[in-house]
Amino acid sequence: MSAEPAVRVEDKLFQNRYLVDAGRPHITVTPHEVPSPRLLSLTKVCPAGCYAQSDTGQVEITTDGCVECGTCRVIAEPTGEITWNYPRGGFGVLFKFG
Amino acid sequence: MADEKFDTIVIGAGPSGNACAYTLAKRGLKVLQLERGEYPGSKNVQGAILYADALETIIPDFRKDAPLERHIIEQRIWMMDDRSYCGAHYRSEDFNEEQPNRYTIIRAPFDKWFSRKVAAAGALVICETTVLELVRDADGKVIGVRTDRDGDPIYADVVVMAEGVSGLVGARAGLRPVPKPDTVALAVKEMHFLPKETIEARFNLKGDEGVVIEAAGTITKGMTGTGFIYTNKECISIGIGCLISDFAETGQTPYGLLDSFKSHPSVKPLLAGSEVKEYAAHMIPEGGYKAIPQLYGDGWLIVGDAGQFVNAVHREGSNLAMTTGRLAAETILELKSRHAPLTAANLASYKKRLDESFVMKDLKKYRNLPGTLHNKHLFTTYPQLLSKAAQTWFRVDGIDKKSKEEAIVHSFFKARSLKGILGDAIGMVRAWR
Repeated sequence: MSAEPAVRVEDKLFQNRYLVDAGRPHITVTPHEVPSPRLLSLTKVCPAGCYAQSDTGQVEITTDGCVECGTCRVIAEPTGEITWNYPRGGFGVLFKFG
Repeated sequence: MADEKFDTIVIGAGPSGNACAYTLAKRGLKVLQLERGEYPGSKNVQGAILYADALETIIPDFRKDAPLERHIIEQRIWMMDDRSYCGAHYRSEDFNEEQPNRYTIIRAPFDKWFSRKVAAAGALVICETTVLELVRDADGKVIGVRTDRDGDPIYADVVVMAEGVSGLVGARAGLRPVPKPDTVALAVKEMHFLPKETIEARFNLKGDEGVVIEAAGTITKGMTGTGFIYTNKECISIGIGCLISDFAETGQTPYGLLDSFKSHPSVKPLLAGSEVKEYAAHMIPEGGYKAIPQLYGDGWLIVGDAGQFVNAVHREGSNLAMTTGRLAAETILELKSRHAPLTAANLASYKKRLDESFVMKDLKKYRNLPGTLHNKHLFTTYPQLLSKAAQTWFRVDGIDKKSKEEAIVHSFFKARSLKGILGDAIGMVRAWR
């Protein structure tokens, strides 16, 4: 288990079923100049890899692959760094097995 | 629907919400259950183990048609370092009984089944509907909910929040806090499909017998957490979870951790040749007794994961969910039967029922354990020492046994000091009692 190959979370999400609510992301990142360590941690902690850092250093989110676990909410909603809602009824991830 | 008033609105169609709605509807109450997923189960994730007792109390003949995977005849507990595991296994023919005690299940089909029972009992189950907020009267009493389906409120005498660990409604209403990063774990899981015969051969099973493995050690890379491997009929559920505060601190990725666990030399052969059909993630309440929020108020109750009802030591959750859902329903039924208003003072009997049940007794027993488990040594140092000790003991190499014993004892004191070992031991014993 020493040398670990890079894990591509996209390959994992590819198996999942989603009904994306196009144009209505249920999570947004509050505009910022420099991300806090807390916000930056989401680029690693999010199990669906929804968070990434832009070329200019800000943390951005693409919610299409979100599995609605709530981890980012627990970390960054109380500080106002993100807004967090569930998708509209029927939209979002649809677990076949759960 | 705007003109209708319900006896109870249940938010969420997981085990706690279904247990509650079923118990109420069965006894003739007018129940509305709202679920945001396309179908019940589509948003729900669990390992998953079903403990028969909690469901049997609600639906005695559930075995007739519930989608069960395998009844568990063997439990394996593994302490792992990077190359080994040291295990305690318990397998008994006694678990091959007429009415088995534990089953593996797959939540999406199971929750669908449970929901069909709820609807058949007479509840109105509406999916694809996200509850946005509670509606309150001038005195602050909860009198209904507002959903994203239309803007009009839907009214009920009492609202039961079975909205899960990350439920928004209760938190937005200020009735319970958002879970803290160190009282909730993030677990990720994959479903690995294999032919039935392959699973049976690899795990030494026949028919519907099943094995579950719970694993701890260096697989969580110093973080507080555990891994699991559960056998279903034609697939294996494999997952790993750690406290969110630990993930945030270490910068480990959950999917990296899962793949690392999957490639452990003791795990890899179990999964060889499998086809992965789903990747899921979910939070697990780990705060225990001390993290339980206020559970009742004027016109509202909290059940299941939303109330932090998980016994982290025994990996029990869905049974606590079902039991809290049932006890909430029984509280409502009792009050309704004597036309008592559903005020905080009257609904307090829900808490009393919980206190008298195994739910609160068990959580109270382990109330100090979550704090004790925030100890890196338990997940790294000790598994490594245990593995080394076992290897020293089992390897035959011309060194005399007394020297081996001394080497083992020395290795423990060198790695953790007498004070450290005593501290860990005393802390654990105190928290366990």
